[in-house]
Amino acid sequence: MMRLERRSHVPLHLAIIAPLAAIFAALLLAAGLIAAADVNPLTAYGEMVNGTFGSRLSIAEMLTRATPLIFTGLAAAVAFRARLWNIGGEGQFFVGALITAWIGHSLGVPGWIGIPILMLAGMAAGAALLAGPAFLRLRFGVDEVVTTLLLNFIVILFVGLMIEGPLRDPLAFGWPSSVPVNGDYRLPDLIPRTRLHIGLLVAIAAASAVWLILARTVFGTETRAAGLNASAAAFAGIALPQTIMGVALLSGALAGLAGSVEVMGVTAGVTTTMSPGFGYAGIVVAMLAALHPAGVVAAAVFVATVFVGADAMSRATGVPSFIADVIVALCLLTMIVALLFTTYRVRR
Amino acid sequence: MSDAIDLLLNTSLWASVLRIATPLIFGVLGALLCERSGVLNLGIEGIMTMGAMSGWLVVYMGAPLLAGLIFAAFCGAVMGLLHAMLTVPLGLSQHVSGLGITLFASALAYYLYRLLVEVGDLPPTIETFKPLDFPVLSDIPVLGTILFNQALPTYLALTAVAVMAYVLARTPLGLAIRMTGENPHAVEAQGLNPIRIRIGAVVVGSALMAVGGAFLTTTAFNSFFPGMVQGRGWICIALVVFAGWRPGKALIGAMLFAFFDAYQLRLQTTVEGVPYQLFLMAPYVLSIVALVLVARRAEVPAALMAPYRRGER
Repeated sequence: MMRLERRSHVPLHLAIIAPLAAIFAALLLAAGLIAAADVNPLTAYGEMVNGTFGSRLSIAEMLTRATPLIFTGLAAAVAFRARLWNIGGEGQFFVGALITAWIGHSLGVPGWIGIPILMLAGMAAGAALLAGPAFLRLRFGVDEVVTTLLLNFIVILFVGLMIEGPLRDPLAFGWPSSVPVNGDYRLPDLIPRTRLHIGLLVAIAAASAVWLILARTVFGTETRAAGLNASAAAFAGIALPQTIMGVALLSGALAGLAGSVEVMGVTAGVTTTMSPGFGYAGIVVAMLAALHPAGVVAAAVFVATVFVGADAMSRATGVPSFIADVIVALCLLTMIVALLFTTYRVRR
Repeated sequence: MSDAIDLLLNTSLWASVLRIATPLIFGVLGALLCERSGVLNLGIEGIMTMGAMSGWLVVYMGAPLLAGLIFAAFCGAVMGLLHAMLTVPLGLSQHVSGLGITLFASALAYYLYRLLVEVGDLPPTIETFKPLDFPVLSDIPVLGTILFNQALPTYLALTAVAVMAYVLARTPLGLAIRMTGENPHAVEAQGLNPIRIRIGAVVVGSALMAVGGAFLTTTAFNSFFPGMVQGRGWICIALVVFAGWRPGKALIGAMLFAFFDAYQLRLQTTVEGVPYQLFLMAPYVLSIVALVLVARRAEVPAALMAPYRRGER
């Protein structure tokens, strides 16, 4: 009889092969859907690569798209490590964005101090939004999956309410938008004449910081222990409620920071359509990275490549751009299967 | 204020309760069946989206409405099979797999819709299920309009509640399903196969969810558009907890929920000066409140979310 046996540690080559194999399998499966649109999948994938890496401008666009994904990917990775199922990245993104636009519109301090203040405000808002579900889980045993998911809908409606009401930008045409942040608080460009801003560097710094926290601090060890075996961790004297709440605050803060940076770096004002599902895609990013902070950066770049490339491919070939969402979702499913082979080995 | 009370006496409010509850009843029954066997199915939101699209599509292409429901159920079952394969024999995280199914099923539904349907300025429409007209019964004042003037899928949903309640509580199959959710090792000891029971429950449960989605496009609305499920799947997951994993209570929960939804929809137009978003938030806030109220005394199936591996304790 075949049995699965847990590996004591994951060899490096498997940790690298697993996401690549998962991506390959996902692209192979999606090729069938592209073929169904009467387009040669190889041509389509060629257009995608070309659409992302074909010019300086498109590479900058891809990295602009990757920036919020790094933050939301980190948010999901931190939470999932401790088995805190934060599916509310989308809502935390929006509260971070909203508070940044709100405070940033009227704040009167210079940019070098205002920008960090606004980032902290976004982080606080995201953290506060996840603290609620974490509290409900710890105090009443309410499953945080459902509460964080439902909060996403509540927050989007709240954003709509605010930008059609108290925070409405009187100068905006067409779709309602919030008032923009003060010009002093727009993040400087990283590459001139593109949308790419220094938020990317902030995201990479955040990934490094999270890596350090998880690998080198007591809190990081407690997080891992809580995720691997909660009862054993409690037996070993780890205060689980405090650890879970700490994880929630960190995870929510990262997702809130995503929204804050997106407002200061790209949109200036908040609209209900400013996120093409950054919060949800963050979950895929985290899983593709096997919940590792360094992997999150790479996985975010991959997911951003799919989204930006699919738009270009759609224009060139007529394949609906929803194929990007299909590919990304397939990656999540193939990755969890691939992870099975890295964490377990098959024994006869 | 008196307007708000007048609304409660309005027959059309009460008639709309069953209509709004119908997709929730299908969804909550599906989620309940999966969870009773020990598998959390967070694929529900995507499966309902897939059901909404696929059911609409075959009717749009010329099939009868009933075939739309059947095809939706089939597509839901396929997605359920995928979730079951990943979580039951492979024992992968039910949370992550379920979310993956939701992302995949909704993305696939949108992709296929764009690919197969020519969308102009307005989304194309179909002829939907119409309210049935029962001789005598439908003509009873008030009660006739509320109970005997619904479309066919609503009666199917009510039948499904009765069937599910009977099967789970009174048949050997139901006992096996419930036991698999409580203690799969005991099921194995009885000579039954818990793996097969779980796969079956997830496949059938997912088919029910998809029919709930198809109700939206074949009865409530007459077209398909992205985002139309609007979190109904997640609300169903909350309703299962609220109902204590019992079909009868699930029906009551869905109706209660639908009542508040119907009421807030009407309040939106009568109460002036309150932003409409506050009313729209109500169903989601209500779901969270309901979860908090019952969480402490919830009798969760003991083996829910615990993967079963033969010979492993």
